[in-house]
Amino acid sequence: MSQDIFVVIEHLRGKVADISYVMLAAARVIAQATGGQVVAALLGHNAQELAGNLAADRVLYVEHPALADFTSAAYQTVLESLLREHAPRAALLGDTSIGGDVAAWLAARLSWPLVSSCRSVSAEGAVIRFVSQTCGGKIMAEGDLPGPCALVMIVPGGYKPEQGQSAQTPQVTSAAAPPLEGLRVAVDNYVEPDTSDVDISREPILVSVGRGIQTLDSIGLVEELARALGCPVCASRPIVDQGWLPTTRLVGKSGKVVKPRLYLALGISGAPEHVEGMGESEMIIAVNTDPAAPIFNVAKYGATVDLFDLAPALTEKIQEARRQRGTHHGAASS
Amino acid sequence: MDIAVVVKLVPDLVEELAIDESGAALDTSYLRLIVNELDNHAVEQAILLKESAGGQVTVIAPDLEGVDDILFTAAAKGADRLIKLTGAMSGVNNYALSNSLAAIIREIKPHLVLTGVQANNDLDGSVGPRLAALLGMAYVGYVSGVTPANDSVKVRKEYSGGLVAQVAVRLPAVLGIQAAGKPPRYVPISKIRQMSKTARIKDQPAGDLDAGNGAAVKHMFKPEMGTHATMIEGEADEVADRLIAIFKEQDIL
Repeated sequence: MSQDIFVVIEHLRGKVADISYVMLAAARVIAQATGGQVVAALLGHNAQELAGNLAADRVLYVEHPALADFTSAAYQTVLESLLREHAPRAALLGDTSIGGDVAAWLAARLSWPLVSSCRSVSAEGAVIRFVSQTCGGKIMAEGDLPGPCALVMIVPGGYKPEQGQSAQTPQVTSAAAPPLEGLRVAVDNYVEPDTSDVDISREPILVSVGRGIQTLDSIGLVEELARALGCPVCASRPIVDQGWLPTTRLVGKSGKVVKPRLYLALGISGAPEHVEGMGESEMIIAVNTDPAAPIFNVAKYGATVDLFDLAPALTEKIQEARRQRGTHHGAASS
Repeated sequence: MDIAVVVKLVPDLVEELAIDESGAALDTSYLRLIVNELDNHAVEQAILLKESAGGQVTVIAPDLEGVDDILFTAAAKGADRLIKLTGAMSGVNNYALSNSLAAIIREIKPHLVLTGVQANNDLDGSVGPRLAALLGMAYVGYVSGVTPANDSVKVRKEYSGGLVAQVAVRLPAVLGIQAAGKPPRYVPISKIRQMSKTARIKDQPAGDLDAGNGAAVKHMFKPEMGTHATMIEGEADEVADRLIAIFKEQDIL
């Protein structure tokens, strides 16, 4: 066992994901307390150059053609072998589509404890404390990271990606891959995001709708409001999963990241997965009947009125204001 | 294709949540539990696969308040077998749950195990990848759509930013479902009520629910962010007036 902190670098199609830098920042906090090194585990095929700006003390690079694309099977096999050999104090993975395919699998195989949804870490001497978000971000859970080795799944929000980037290229050493034949998972191809619809990540104003809308019929109320504002309608996950709006309108972890001048969130609770996609908006205004909704922790203005009352009233007042000014901005499709 | 679906019950986040006297757990006395929405998608995906490729669908859920209705609803949608995992299920972690589930699934020997890719109260990772490790099956999560193909399935795996990978997964496998190929179907209450009279739920003792070496939560609290929204009080009409003023200040209107 060592006092090192491992970070499993996430990258896809030649680009390091921001969560990797967030994890490196978290790892640094722990390593400073344990006295160990921050070790970036980089798995890939012809991907060594991705080590360039990782804020790690060293990079362990595992090269193999079977690692050209992320697959759960290849990553599981390589990481199990790597972590068994090095037994770091902690190994950090993203609470993401990549980390999620391997972390709990590794925990079961290695019999290591696992903490998920971890937002931040702190350390006092040898005690490492984690803070995880639970219940859609409504509750935070705090505890001590068990030892001697542990797995931690990190969510974004606790550290800025810049904190995990460095101008200096870290030292890179190669580690041999275990045999990677007969893997049961393979990537056939990638499907690019649909570009035939409006690109919500480029829109200066967005009206966004969540579960609070309750029925498909009510989406019309929000579309009218968006039309008055001259902007498209976007949504949180449940709305898209119901088929009420296309996936091109999805904001959040598995959808688009948007940073409009105004993000008007209607009936959206503000679960972490959603905030990941809109938290950096210039101004967030949230309307939700639940005063405890986490969306109010990121919004500049909030109201707990019923959106079914507010949307038509607001639409009418916007139209009136436009009429008074004698100008009508071209309405975008919604 | 025989499919086992694992369904969890999770706190209804629409209700106000309270922390109990220990300060380290949710107060369950008034806590309303609902089906984990992503597990509901897993049930739907299983029924869609049954409709296209045949086979039996078994739905397994822990014995918590409301579980019978959830299982009967699954039966009304087309599930063939219902299993209730009995024991001290309140507050059980995924380590313990996965161990119990693995024992049952080994007996069922399904080709595919489906479960929601996550639940809102997961603190030790999700059930799916743990089950895959215990059962020696492949695992792929963040799946939104599954198509059968001989001895494998083709799945749509979602990444951030809307990128999707088409992934081939050899069976047997566990899949963590983000969304079913179609929105979960609606079943009328009358049909669920009918199922509650005709369908049978098998009670299966969970056995040892050892929480393992998982992280112990010492303290729970409601997040106090550095900033909180400035709340606009009043009726809808007054709120709308204030918003118009804000839009004008921001040069949006």
